[in-house]
Order: sequence, then C-alpha cells, then structure tokens
Amino acid sequence: MEILGLLSDGFLLAMQPLNLLLIIVGVTLGLFIGAMPGLGSVNGVAILLPITFLVPPNSAIIFLAAIYYGAMYGGAISSITLGIPGASTAVATTFDGRPLAMKGRASLALVTAAVASFIGGTVSNIFFTAFAPPLASVALSFGNPEIFALMLLAFATFVGLGGDDIPKTIFSICIGLVFAAVGYDEISGAPRLIFFDISGFLHGINFLVLAIGVYGIGEMLWTIDSTRGKITSTEAKFSIKGVTADAKEALQRGWKGTTIGSLIGFFVGILPAAGATPGSLMSYGVAKMLSKNPKDYGQGHPDGVAAPEAANNSASTGSMLPMLTLGIPGSPTTAILLGGMVIWGLTPGPRLFVDQSEFVWGLIGSFYVSNFFALVVNLAFIPVFIWMLRMPFTILAPMIFVLSVVGGYAATRDMHDVWLMLIFGIGAFFLRKLDYPVAPAVLAIVLGPIAEPTLRQSLLLSSGDPMIFLNRPIAGPITVIAVILILLPLFKFGWNKFKKSGGTQPAQQG
Amino acid sequence: MGITRRLAMALTCAAGLMTGVAGMSTSAHAWEPTKPIDFVIMAGAGGGADQIARFIQSVVEKNKLSPRPLVPNNKGGGSGAEALIALKGTSDPDHTILVTLNSFFTTPLRQANLGIDIMTFTPINMMGVDPFVLWVHKDSGITTFEQWLEKVKADNGEYVMGGTGKGQEDSIVIKWMEQNYDLKIKYIPYKGGGAVAKDLAGQQIMASVNNPSEAKGFYESGDVIPLIAFSDERLPNLPDVRTVKELGKDFSYYNQRAVVGAPGMSDDAAAWYRDLFQKVYDSEEWQGYMKSESLEGLPMDAEQQKEYWKTQVARHTELLKALGE
Amino acid sequence: MRRGEIITAGILALLSIYMMYKSTELEIGYISGEGPGGGAWPFWLSAIMLICTVFIAINWARRTSPPSQSTEPMLDSYGMKMLFLVGGGIAAFIGLSSIISMYGGIFVFLVYYLRFLGRHSWALTMTLATSVPIIFFFFFEALMRITLPKGWSFTEPLFNWLNNFIY
Repeated sequence: MEILGLLSDGFLLAMQPLNLLLIIVGVTLGLFIGAMPGLGSVNGVAILLPITFLVPPNSAIIFLAAIYYGAMYGGAISSITLGIPGASTAVATTFDGRPLAMKGRASLALVTAAVASFIGGTVSNIFFTAFAPPLASVALSFGNPEIFALMLLAFATFVGLGGDDIPKTIFSICIGLVFAAVGYDEISGAPRLIFFDISGFLHGINFLVLAIGVYGIGEMLWTIDSTRGKITSTEAKFSIKGVTADAKEALQRGWKGTTIGSLIGFFVGILPAAGATPGSLMSYGVAKMLSKNPKDYGQGHPDGVAAPEAANNSASTGSMLPMLTLGIPGSPTTAILLGGMVIWGLTPGPRLFVDQSEFVWGLIGSFYVSNFFALVVNLAFIPVFIWMLRMPFTILAPMIFVLSVVGGYAATRDMHDVWLMLIFGIGAFFLRKLDYPVAPAVLAIVLGPIAEPTLRQSLLLSSGDPMIFLNRPIAGPITVIAVILILLPLFKFGWNKFKKSGGTQPAQQG
Repeated sequence: MGITRRLAMALTCAAGLMTGVAGMSTSAHAWEPTKPIDFVIMAGAGGGADQIARFIQSVVEKNKLSPRPLVPNNKGGGSGAEALIALKGTSDPDHTILVTLNSFFTTPLRQANLGIDIMTFTPINMMGVDPFVLWVHKDSGITTFEQWLEKVKADNGEYVMGGTGKGQEDSIVIKWMEQNYDLKIKYIPYKGGGAVAKDLAGQQIMASVNNPSEAKGFYESGDVIPLIAFSDERLPNLPDVRTVKELGKDFSYYNQRAVVGAPGMSDDAAAWYRDLFQKVYDSEEWQGYMKSESLEGLPMDAEQQKEYWKTQVARHTELLKALGE
Repeated sequence: MRRGEIITAGILALLSIYMMYKSTELEIGYISGEGPGGGAWPFWLSAIMLICTVFIAINWARRTSPPSQSTEPMLDSYGMKMLFLVGGGIAAFIGLSSIISMYGGIFVFLVYYLRFLGRHSWALTMTLATSVPIIFFFFFEALMRITLPKGWSFTEPLFNWLNNFIY
C-alpha cells in the first residue's frame, strides 16, 4: 500500500505542466535519436547534462526517462523502414520487421512494434514497482558462470536461425565471435588481433560498424543488384482506419510474442552483465521455438516483431533496477545516468531507495507516463515513416547510405570504423550472393563480448575446471537446457539424413 | 571536380568574411577555443574516470566557463592506448585534451611498441589523486586487516579477488600485498570497476581494492567493509581505517586524476586550459566532489607536473618490474 | 557463380589462416589452473572457420550447394557497373569526408547520386543536397554534441563561424 502512495506521488510529479511538456519533447526527441542508425539512448541521455542546469533535478530525470523511452521505441523504426538495426537491441526486430515492410505491411510492423513496446514497458514497470528490492538480490546471485550459461542459452535459441548450408552458417557464427575478440583481451590485459597493426582495431570492432555495414550497405547493394535498380518503392499505404485495423491485427497475431518478450526481457534485463540485447534475441528465439509455424518467422510474422520489441523495452526498464537498487550501471546508458545522479548530489547505491525515495519514485512514475506518451507520439509519427518508405528508391537509397556513413562515424567517432563498415558492406554483398547467412555473424558479435570473458572468468574461478558450469545451482540447469537445445536440431538433422535414402540432397526446409 | 573547387572557393570567401566576425567576439585572452573541445577519456563509459570527466564537463557547462563545450569522447581501448594514440595523432592539438588515470604511465610502459612518449604531452592541471582501499563483504566476518591476512593465508591460493585487469592500478596494489605479506590470491579481471563492485556485493568475489568513490554506495549501506587504506594519511571519510604506512610498510598508491593536453599544443592554448581547469578546481562543485568522493588535492604547476610524470614513470617501471609484468 | 563460390571460399580460408596466425601472439592453449589463454578463443574459432571453408569446397566439388550449380556469373556487367558506381561513390564520399568535411561529403555524394545516378531534377537535387547537411549539422553539432569530421584546415573558418550560432 505504501508503494502505491509513493507511486501516485511520482505520477503527480510527472503530470505537472512543465514535466508533461518535457515528457512530450523528450519522447519525440528520443524517437528520432533512436531511429537514427548509430545513435541510441546513450547519446540521448548524454545530451541531458546541459539541460539539467535549466530545470530542477526532478524534471531533469523525467526528461531523461522520456528520452530513454523514446529512443527505445525509435530503435524499431530504422529496423523496419530501413532494414538497419539502429541499436543492438533492435537486431532481432529486423528479422521479421523488414520482410513485413517489404510486403507493404510497414504500417502493421510499426504498429506492432509500438504496441508490443508499450505492453513490454508496462509489464516491466509493474514488476519493477512491486518487486524491485527482492529482484535486486536475484540479480546479484548471477555471477560469471551464470551469465555464461545464459549466453549459451541465447545461442541455443538461435541455432535454427541460419540458412540451409550448415558450413556457411557455422562460418558466419565463428567470424562474428572472432571479430568480437578483436582489440583487447581483458583477462591477460594485452592487445589482441590488431590486424595489420592498425591502431583503429585497438578499440575492437563495434557491433554497429558490422551491423550498419551488413544491413545498410551490403543489403542495399544486393537489393539494387538483384532488382536491376528497377525497384519501385514498397506500396506502403496509410490511413487512420488502417492503423486501428493494424492495431487489432497486431494484438491478435502478436500477443504471444508480446507476452514472451515482456517476461523474458524483464528477467534478462535485470542482470547487470546481460541487458536488453540478449533479452530481445532470446525472446525472438523462444517465440519461434514455441510457435506452431516456426517457418513463418523471418518471412514477416507479427510475433517476430512483437517478441523482441516487447523484450527490449521490458529489459531496458529492467536494467534500471540494478542501477537504482545497487548503484551498478548495467549498460552505458545507465552509467551516464549514474554520473548524472552524482552531479545532482545523489549517491547511487543500496541506500538510494530509502534516502531519496522521492527521486526514485518520481523516476518510476515518469517511466509509466513516458511509456504511454512514447506510444502516442510513436503512433502519431507512423505516417511520416511510411511516407519515407514511399520515396522513390533513388532518393531513399542515397539517404540510407548517408545515414550509414554518418551513423557509422557517430557510433565510435573514428574514420577507421567508417572504412571498415564499407569493407564489411561490400564483403556482405558478395557473401549474400553466395547464400552465406549474415545474421548469425551480427548476433555473434553482440553476444561474443559477453560470452568470452565470462567463460574465462568462470574458469579462472574454478582453476580451469569446466564443471563449474554444471555444479552451481543456477548455472547448472541453464547450461543443461542450453546444451539440449543446441544438440536437438543436430540430432534431428542427423536423423533426417539417416532416414533419407541417397542423402546427397541437403534438407530444403529451414 | 568543378563542384569541389567551387565549393572550396566559396568556403575560402566565407572564411575571409568570418574571421572578422570571429575576431570581434574574442575577449581578453590571447587564445580561446573556436570549436568544441575534444575531451578524450582514457576509459570506457561508466567507470570512475568517466564519471569524473563528466562531472568536470558539467561544472564547465554550469558555470559557463568555456565559450565552446567539452565533448566527452570515450577511448578506453587497449588500456587507454587508443586515447594516447588519438592525442599523439590529433590534427588539432589546441582543441584536444585528455582526462588521465595511471594507465597514462603504465600503458606506454607495458606496450612499448606504441611509441608513445608521455613527456611530449602538454601538462594542464592536476585535479586530484584518488586513494585505494581494500574492501570485503560484511558477511565474510572479517573486520580487521590482520584477520584478512590470516584468512587469505589459510585459503592458500583459493582466495578470490576481482579487479579491472592485469597491470591496472588495483592489480598493482594486490600484487604488492602478495609480495609483501607473502600471500597467494586468485585474481579475476573484470571489464570495469562497476562490475567488480557488483560481484563483491553479490559475494562472487571475496575482496577488492577500489577507490572509495566507487565503493561508496555499498559502504554506506553497510554491505562492504573497508580494511586498510593505501594512502599517506588516514582518509577523512574513513577515519577508523588504518593505512599500510601505520603498519610500517613504506607504500602508498593513488590514481591520478589529471587533465593533459595533446603533444604540440600551443603555449597560449595551454595557458587558457590551465586557467579553465584552475577555475574548475577552485569551484564549489569540484571541492565538494573531492570531499565526498575522498579525492585528495595535489596542486601542481606545469613544471611540477612534468617532474611528477618523470617520477611516476620511474616508479611504475620499478613496480611493474617487481611485479613481473 | 560457380567460380565465385570457390574463389570466395579460398579468400575466406586465407582470412581464417591469417586470424589464426594473429591469434598466436597470445597463448592459444589451455593454461593449467587458469583456463584458456588469451589467443585460444579466436584461434580455435578461426580453425573452425577454416574447416568450414574446406566443407564449402567439398560441397562445391560435389555440386551440392546452389551457388556451385549456378551457371550465372557472380557479377554480370550490370552488377559490376553498379558496384563501381554505387560502392565507389560511397568510398569517394568517405574519402572526401576527411578532406572537405563530412557535411561537404554528404553534399557532393547526394548531388552525384540524385542527379547522375537517379536522374532527378536539379531543383530536387540541390534542395536535398543542401538541406540534409545543414539539418545534420544542427542535429549533430548543436543538439547531440557529436562533432563530425571537419576535413582539412581550410574548412575551419566556415565551421568556426557556424559555431557562433549554436553555442
């Protein structure tokens, strides 16, 4: 009951005219920042600092929550309309969002993403409000072996994602994992894989450089080549009536994904080392696994948009939990936020909930309000994004290239990475022509930097004994499930091959 | 090509016009920044160094100390090697400054092939030094350094500590303890101080050596207990915590929080930045920050800073050698 | 396509070997009591990549994968021209960004693409090519506080002048 009182104080704070205005400006700004490839909520939150001095701290945090939510919604927009994941959290959204847009159902995809995000965010907020402190101790019980087991599980849910050509799929996963290792080896403290001794590799290969190169440049070149440049833009239609119908369809065809995403997203999101990206990837994988028609995934299934979008919103709210309850930043965004709190004279940490309850509940209250307005603003802007899709391809294409180059630079602020992005793009164009699946490489470069260090930290802990992944109470069951999930398709594949006479023809389904 | 040339010409014309305009806005200074200042941070987003840099940035913004903003630019790759290379190779040394920590000394020593000579960098201002403290979780039952030593010895190599990586500040302190107290510690490197603090609070590791600022939240909530400080004097915020000096060991170790300019920065620009960061240093906000985050002041002019660098390089060469790095 | 398949597999095999070689700069074995060394992860994964390229080559020889059955060329004359004009255009754009600033690069690239590849009218071309860099300038420099490359020093006076507006 006390919680509800505190929460309603938070609501009242968020509903003051100045704060409401800040929320609307914030979500709109956040939406565009998130929609820009290369920019994400980190950049959005970083611009907050100067504004802090113009408005009271309480309004500043509200503005911040608004930008944060706006950016999370925005990530889906570039995934769907441009086919470029604007942030690692929106990678899985491209898998079905882009095909839907290509089929002329961009509006359905965008509405599904918005509605799923809203539900994911709301579910997460409710969990947050009700169980924040006990959940914090759950987050702490996840050490390195547990996080590694979780990464294994994330990979396991994605085994079915590759194409029909098994060596090419494995190649793609491995190259992503190796790229993830470039730069610096945390454990031995030595530089590693500095290709041709170019110093630009010292900071590693950023996920965005690969993703923008592959999707922004490679995929575009492939589209121009395969359509002989005669691509007419998708017939994206738009009407108010259409949106209502789409919303209905989104709920009907996307509720499963939304539910799965909201739950998985939240629980993975509260773990400081994991965060929103593995959460959204796992949700997609699980939704596909549980579906009656897994083959529809990747062809433009609303559940395939809803699951990762519900998950990344849910997880992003969840990732605020370790920050607020423990003072531990789970992501760069929350790290900057934490810095902001220090500037406002607050001490992040376990005492924050007790000592600064007005601040904390004001922030939580503004999560709810921002989430709602982010939905409204997002829906209101859908016509603009649809209109963008209807631009002639010879205008859309150069715009995507410009966004890719600028976004590739903005991500790391190094020209080296822009060149690297172009090389990845052209490489991906050729590999795409030869039926190499590229999505596994992109996933691997996202999960690799979490998986490798946690694997090795765990082994350091156990003096090199791999049993550590099996004999810990939380890590053990997760590892076992992951291994079963990984072996299952291999077993199935072997069984099919065994049953088939001749056996030279590779399986055609996927 | 025609377009390019025309554009270039247009730009040059605009340039002529504008120098007049820009000239008028110049104040009493011989030099002022004309564009955003590249504020390079030798660490990734979220760590202690990053927080300090963003705090400094906010003080500058709040008090409107600079006509152009400081734009934080995280370059933590290769233990800060990336940041040093960026400063060395910058095309505009007058608008490029760096927030450093001790990797400013250790990284060029550990990665000699980078060809970085830190003595070529331009000293700006020493913002303070950050002491180190040994922390354990409250559930460990350990309350004194002596008990801790016993426990580590009894565990014989199975005692687990976490830190930010081999050759990093905390690992130097841990190695020093291993050698001077004859201990064997299992050291697990993490990506940043935040992850270490989290795993200490969750008892995934048993102890850590960390700056008071990074452990503050858990200390105030009573989750972690300070055992010993590696400072010259007792820390005002932790008055009951003894220093290793009191135990008769001549050792103290601090993380420097200094601002450094790119090699080749003009004297006028360097003078302007020194003035700017002196104002930041003297500001109420920074003094308050130092106090609450247990930073110690160590004011130095440019010459003294260069001297300090020399002694620190010599000291770290020795420390790293003694540690077998 | 058939030739492309085996050439690509060859290039990827070389890449794998190079990455294996590069990984050996750090310990690639299992350090007793510590787990895998710093080079182990990339080394063994690159080794798997190399094995994959071998399988790709076997599939090529047995003509079991679709690209190895295809008789179409990997890049026909249209594809070559497209790659040269579009890919080359982007490369020139990136190169120019280091010389005449990224904003100048965007202008030149948009003029090139819209007018010469897209055959749009000069009016549309110039409207887009000038408005996009200007919008980007204010979005990135003023709002986001992200500075994009400004090129060689001759552009400096212009940007210094523009900076007077936004700060």
